[in-house]
Amino acid sequence: MDHALRGKSAIVGLGVAGLGEAPGYTSWDIMAQSAQAALADAGLALKDVDGLFCAMMEDSMPVLMAAEYLGIRPRHVDGTLTGGSSFVNYLASATAALDAGLCDVALVCYGSNQRTASGKLVTASRLPPFEAPYKPRYPVSGYAMAAQRHMHQYGTTREQLADVAVAARGWASHNPQAFMRDPITRGDVLAARMVSDPLGKLDCCLVTDGGGAIVLTRADRAKDHAKTPVYVLGAAAESTHRQISQMPDFTVTAARESGKRAFAMAGVKPSDIDVLQLYDAFTINIILFLEDLGYCAKGEGGAFVEGGRIAPGGALPVNTYGGGLSCTHPGMLGIFTIIEAAHQIRGTAPGLQLDGVDLALAHGNGGVLSSQVTAILGSEATL
Amino acid sequence: MTPDTHFKEGLAAGEIRLQRCAACDTHIFFPRVLCPACHGTDLTWVTASGAGEVYTFTTVRQRPERGGDYNVAMVELAEGVRMMTRVDGDPQAVKVGMPVTAYVGDIDGTPAVLCRKSEA
Ligand SMILES: [Zn+2]
Repeated sequence: MDHALRGKSAIVGLGVAGLGEAPGYTSWDIMAQSAQAALADAGLALKDVDGLFCAMMEDSMPVLMAAEYLGIRPRHVDGTLTGGSSFVNYLASATAALDAGLCDVALVCYGSNQRTASGKLVTASRLPPFEAPYKPRYPVSGYAMAAQRHMHQYGTTREQLADVAVAARGWASHNPQAFMRDPITRGDVLAARMVSDPLGKLDCCLVTDGGGAIVLTRADRAKDHAKTPVYVLGAAAESTHRQISQMPDFTVTAARESGKRAFAMAGVKPSDIDVLQLYDAFTINIILFLEDLGYCAKGEGGAFVEGGRIAPGGALPVNTYGGGLSCTHPGMLGIFTIIEAAHQIRGTAPGLQLDGVDLALAHGNGGVLSSQVTAILGSEATL
Repeated sequence: MTPDTHFKEGLAAGEIRLQRCAACDTHIFFPRVLCPACHGTDLTWVTASGAGEVYTFTTVRQRPERGGDYNVAMVELAEGVRMMTRVDGDPQAVKVGMPVTAYVGDIDGTPAVLCRKSEA
């Protein structure tokens, strides 16, 4: 039997702003520009928005700040902060809210000026008290320790991690919106300055400015809008920990459960998906998520990404816009995984557009491999 | 005494104190008011043996003038808890699975759990 929320909402507007560098603009400015772009894409205006979903690093009550800035009075708000996965999480909560009639037009929005304002990743909170004294470089050291454990347990190599970065750059080289477009090789990744072993500079995501927004409505209203609707077929979350030291097994993420439930809700299986947009804060993320989402067995992710399998021309297209490693990473990436997944289904990708995409997966990650959210998006043909 | 206070007083006395759940026998770190395994609240305190092994680690790179590279490790104690700590000595000599001994040392003037490589 179909899940009660399968296909009940649709993305009808997509917008980005300030990708790369937006000197002088505040994070709120970039958020607002993204929101306006997404609403214009949907043929709507700010006055139509009655459901607001927003996470920002700038304020502990971001959704209230966003409503104030935008000059709107939403009747339903959700500012749940699960790090970079927040926006994929909002696909589930917005769909439920739309279906329940709590709102009719849901705006999901984000903006950040972390590159031009501070030049480094902005984090929402202090380090946990039992970790702070040891000065892990946050967040890279957490991911580095996951990579180290994966290498120890399964023989994963730095060369295989490098192939993830090379693939991302391959896609980015075709995308005019991408911040880094010059091709790189395995050797370049291996030779780059080490940051937190075994991860070097090119194993780490970019630090950019940028914002993104999407507009969702109930599926029965989706065709009233100008652009091809993209339906939310499945969305599911699971969280395991906050402090990396408390992660149950450093080689297994909660994407196993979020993926399983998102696929079940959508009524599709991993091999049905035409394109994957995975949250790539670091190269190890992709290997872990490909394993946990069912694309290869645990421990085989390193071998899986070799030989350009996830690069342009490869058998499994992953992060077709260049991802956080090469396109943009303004601190929280989740909104961009949704935007690229939706573009691929609509046929409007800013970079390489694949043929005949009906099903796309967007996966969000938050904290230090803490919060995992998987969404399956589909074209009208998949309803 | 609150869980935090009891743990901190242990460090001040040179002891690594862990909680143990009376209902399910699980050892617990970080200190808290309930057992995360069975949600029981009958928790007692034990002093850790200090025996442990490296679960995973990283070398945080830092310019020599700022203090140089240093180790950050996840160590699993014999009691079954895992914690972030630091293994003394050359960061490049740390290995996953390496036996270590946890002890109460000092970071920036505050007592903290540190580890040294165990004698063979
Ligand atoms: Zn218990």
